[in-house]
Amino acid sequence: MSEAPSRHLSPNQRAWRRFLRNRPAIACLVLLAAALALLLAWPHLSRHAPDAVTDAQFAAPNAAHWLGTDVHGRDLLSRVFHGARVSLLVGVVGAVVSLVIGVTWGAVAGYLGGRWDSVMMRVVDVLYSLPSIVFVIVLLTTINGLLDKLQDKNLAAGDARAAQFICLFAGLGAVSWLTMARIVRGQVLTLRTRPFVDASRALGASHGRILLRHILPNIAGIIIVYLTLLVPAIILYESFLSYLGLGIQPPQASLGSLIAEGAGQINPVRIYWWLIAFPGAVLVGLLLALNFVGDGLRDAFDPRARA
Amino acid sequence: MYFLRRLAWMLPLLLVISMLAFALVRVAPGGPFDKERKPASPEIERNLKAKYHLDEPLWRQYLRYLAAVAQGDFGPSLKYRNHSVTDIIAQGLPVSLALGWMAFCFAMGVGIPLGFYTAVRKGEFGDYAGSLAAVLAVCVPGLVVGPLLIVLLAIQWRWFPVGLWEGPWHVVLPTMTLGLYFAGRVARLMREGMQSTLHAEFITSARAKGLGDTQVLLRHAFRIAVLPVVSYSGPMLADLLTGSFVVENLFQIPGIGVFMVNSSLSRDYTMVVGLVLLYAALLLVLNLLVDVAYSVLDRRVVYE
Repeated sequence: MSEAPSRHLSPNQRAWRRFLRNRPAIACLVLLAAALALLLAWPHLSRHAPDAVTDAQFAAPNAAHWLGTDVHGRDLLSRVFHGARVSLLVGVVGAVVSLVIGVTWGAVAGYLGGRWDSVMMRVVDVLYSLPSIVFVIVLLTTINGLLDKLQDKNLAAGDARAAQFICLFAGLGAVSWLTMARIVRGQVLTLRTRPFVDASRALGASHGRILLRHILPNIAGIIIVYLTLLVPAIILYESFLSYLGLGIQPPQASLGSLIAEGAGQINPVRIYWWLIAFPGAVLVGLLLALNFVGDGLRDAFDPRARA
Repeated sequence: MYFLRRLAWMLPLLLVISMLAFALVRVAPGGPFDKERKPASPEIERNLKAKYHLDEPLWRQYLRYLAAVAQGDFGPSLKYRNHSVTDIIAQGLPVSLALGWMAFCFAMGVGIPLGFYTAVRKGEFGDYAGSLAAVLAVCVPGLVVGPLLIVLLAIQWRWFPVGLWEGPWHVVLPTMTLGLYFAGRVARLMREGMQSTLHAEFITSARAKGLGDTQVLLRHAFRIAVLPVVSYSGPMLADLLTGSFVVENLFQIPGIGVFMVNSSLSRDYTMVVGLVLLYAALLLVLNLLVDVAYSVLDRRVVYE
């Protein structure tokens, strides 16, 4: 079971081996995969559609509705699973959007260096000191306004829903790329003076080729780590936006919008605890598992963790 | 010298931020008078716009705004037109400051000991339990904790009031809701800082001198290990002190976090720019203070 340093392993391969030895992280990864399979299979297994309205309003958890029902008598279990799918989708796509923006911005800044670098990083500094919520609200309402104009030119309902999702992805991605840009820029800055970069430049490689083929593969590990940690952060942000009524619009649901619905039903007369407890628990479970995987990846890939 | 230069840089930076915020809110469709007197007659709207100079070209509006701000006047709120932006902020800010400061103390008071403990007990049961608690705190959003705390502690068991901002008992639940996430972040930073510090050579030499565990951990390691927490506390305080929409909304607390969201939604141009400037100024000042604290704690750090 001992490490075999004599074999020629790239740093990334060694990092993967370290990650595979991290039991809690692997357990969470397996758990996530199982949860994902369940979420995808659920619509075919369940007797209740997530938006099927019944007369059983606010039923407590029972044999027919395992997690109870909501204000319209909809089955909470189906809604929670549906919401979890939407939340995960938003988290992953939002993270990828911010990855693309952040990596491009950071890599170009770090690679160019000098004056360009400082200008581009000042832009990041300024955006950092803008409250992200103001930025997101303006962005979302602007894109929504544009979509409304498009919609007047007869757009199918399905397309409109897709457009709304895209709008949300863009909004979430646009506010979460700053940290990624800083990390990538720092890494690229140290890599671009390395001999292998000089060598390929001497061989006449173009800037694009150097960046894509030589520099980015070297920081792929760190990018993956922060991508994994970004997914739960974006899921969290989406739940906050849903609480404001800016996220996923009904009849669609995300975990955040379900919790917000539940929080709206709090009153001293009757307590519908299941409306908050179950979506909340699923959200926390998802975030926990994602964070464990992300932490495990970071421990494996971050060079400082090798101490 | 370095810090003076940073201080001098703040003004141009705030200028850029104000310009950006000013442009940003106006890019969004709709205006501050959309929701009034529907259907608003075009004359009324035109008059309102003329009164607040919204019909002028943008650059002239901005210059007018800057001139007013230079005299300490942040303009009237376009939504609550009987109140100036300064008035509204002056009313809500003390509440948000108080709540934010308490949440900060809560986060530090819980996070630092927890992180310290888990790092020292690395690999033992206490480490696993404590670290799990810290991750959990980071993963449970305020909009889950808040309602659950209200349902359990306020409605079911009646230990605490459900909401409002009146006495010391009203403070407890909002503070916990707001501070929990940050407590988890602080604990994790503290644990990481402590772990990397314990490997440092000066710790080995302190032990070699024959110092006891308490001395080594508290006097030598802690001072350096707390640095990540110190640098995080700048942005953390800026976030906490400017209020939180979720907490203020859940507990019906009259702070400015609600205004941050609502004014952006209702296109209250002056209010948004005023709040953005407040947040940015706070963040810049706090980050400067953090760097000062940093250089005091770690003498190896020298800013040129």
